[in-house]
Amino acid sequence: MTGRTVSTLGFAPSRIAAMVLRQAYLMRASWPRIFELMYWPTIQMVLWGFMTQFLMAHSSYIAQASGVLISAVLLWDVLFRGQLGFSITFVEEIWSRNLPNLAVSPLRPSEFLLSLMTVSLIRTLIGVLPAAGLAIVFYQASVFDMGLSLLAFFVVLIVMGWAIGMAVIALILRVGLGAENVAWLAIFLIAPVSAIYYPVSVLPGWLQAVAWCLPTAPVFEGMRAVLIEGVFRTDLLIHAILLDVLYLVLGAGLFLFSYHVARRRGLLLQIGE
Amino acid sequence: MSTPKTESSTEPSTKSTADRIIEVAGLCKDFDGKRVVDDIGFTVLRGQTVALLGANGAGKTTTIAMLLGLLLPTAGSIHVLGEDMVRHRHRVLGRINFSSPYVDLPRRLTVAQNLLFFARLYGVPKPKARLAELAGQLDLETLLHQRIGQLSAGQKTRASLAKALVNQPELLLLDEPTASLDPDTADWVRRYLEVYQRRTGAAILLASHNMAEVERLAALVLMMRRGRIVDRGTPAELIRRYGRRDLEEVFLDIARETGAAAPDTRTLEDPAAVSAPRQGTAAR
Repeated sequence: MTGRTVSTLGFAPSRIAAMVLRQAYLMRASWPRIFELMYWPTIQMVLWGFMTQFLMAHSSYIAQASGVLISAVLLWDVLFRGQLGFSITFVEEIWSRNLPNLAVSPLRPSEFLLSLMTVSLIRTLIGVLPAAGLAIVFYQASVFDMGLSLLAFFVVLIVMGWAIGMAVIALILRVGLGAENVAWLAIFLIAPVSAIYYPVSVLPGWLQAVAWCLPTAPVFEGMRAVLIEGVFRTDLLIHAILLDVLYLVLGAGLFLFSYHVARRRGLLLQIGE
Repeated sequence: MSTPKTESSTEPSTKSTADRIIEVAGLCKDFDGKRVVDDIGFTVLRGQTVALLGANGAGKTTTIAMLLGLLLPTAGSIHVLGEDMVRHRHRVLGRINFSSPYVDLPRRLTVAQNLLFFARLYGVPKPKARLAELAGQLDLETLLHQRIGQLSAGQKTRASLAKALVNQPELLLLDEPTASLDPDTADWVRRYLEVYQRRTGAAILLASHNMAEVERLAALVLMMRRGRIVDRGTPAELIRRYGRRDLEEVFLDIARETGAAAPDTRTLEDPAAVSAPRQGTAAR
């Protein structure tokens, strides 16, 4: 009568499903949570939709592709919501003082991370898909026009969100809930150098070097290449994927190190205080 | 009701490895250079209830946290169900469980949702059937669809106990299982634990400040002071040895150091001594 169903992959899908079920119960019981997930992406999309309409008449750059700003907003929200969904799901376990229950259950740290990723994916889709649908209705701008490249951009960005989320929860494990605001703020540190709304070439030389060290800049450059030039830049995607893998490994390493330190210093029992 | 206590005379050395549910040797824990658990050793056998007693800060919760793998020891070894808890705790975590008033169940989930969640997390086959079984045994049927946050202290304790039993653990670790409960509910919980243990043969390690509870449930009492086990024995042995009327008076003797319990130097190299009464250390 135990969680002995560890697959050949080294983790038990049933335990990950249990963690997702726990979050599903939580969301089902609270409609404001679901509303909040959809609220900001939709508001952002509406604001940038009007901005696009204005700029199309005043900017030859935007006039080349009307959907470029709305697509950038929605893809940025994939990164933001992905990171937030990952970090906040972890923080909710601390708020509910449930973390020790999980830490003494058969749930392995790797399974915990996989469950956070799954919940983050679900939360991101709940947040971004309605906004993407409304963009078609209101502005005739469809992010889905990017086709399969959209899927590639989505995957790269959400994985980067998870990597940042791992660093955030590693920090919370080390210093406690005093760092929970980092979950909301962390992503904006990389926003200026992610080339979301403008090309990397706009940045000063040294910041361009920083931008190319992040997977976000090649994704947004790649998005513009698809929407404006009609070209899918494989080189940019490979660049982004390689960096994604690097940051994911670094994030997981940070989390596992912090988890080990937390077990050494007894922080798992005190973290809610 | 008396099954666990009759095992108090059973010496660990005569038990097979399979019957040794917990084996602790030379266990130490330091925080910032200060030693909070100091070279303790003990064995808990299948079907036995062992109580950790001591004043606040004696090291009970720290010991339980190390047994669960929540905390890494500075030195020493912990084997639970034959597995090294520092290196391979995930091999046995599905066979143990714990409950503590300091750890909540998710408050926004109902009792049923919590139990189904933990049942699935522990890989319990037929989670809904197990939920119904636990609800019946712990008188939770009418509470199943209430959120944990809406429950009274006694109801929460029963829900936490249901969570702790969801995987039918072979080892149950309980930190103050009846804290903040009224006498009637506390008595009910103790009776349930006795029934559960009799039915399953589970081992129970509990930390408690309730001496009546310990006298009733525990086959072996480990008295802790400043991180060390300073004395051990059955409740009756300790009361007799200290010349007191009840375990509370023994507790006060030890906590206030008015008793003459010498530092415990026994280790598992002398396993027979683990449950054998210490001679000649009584205060009176």
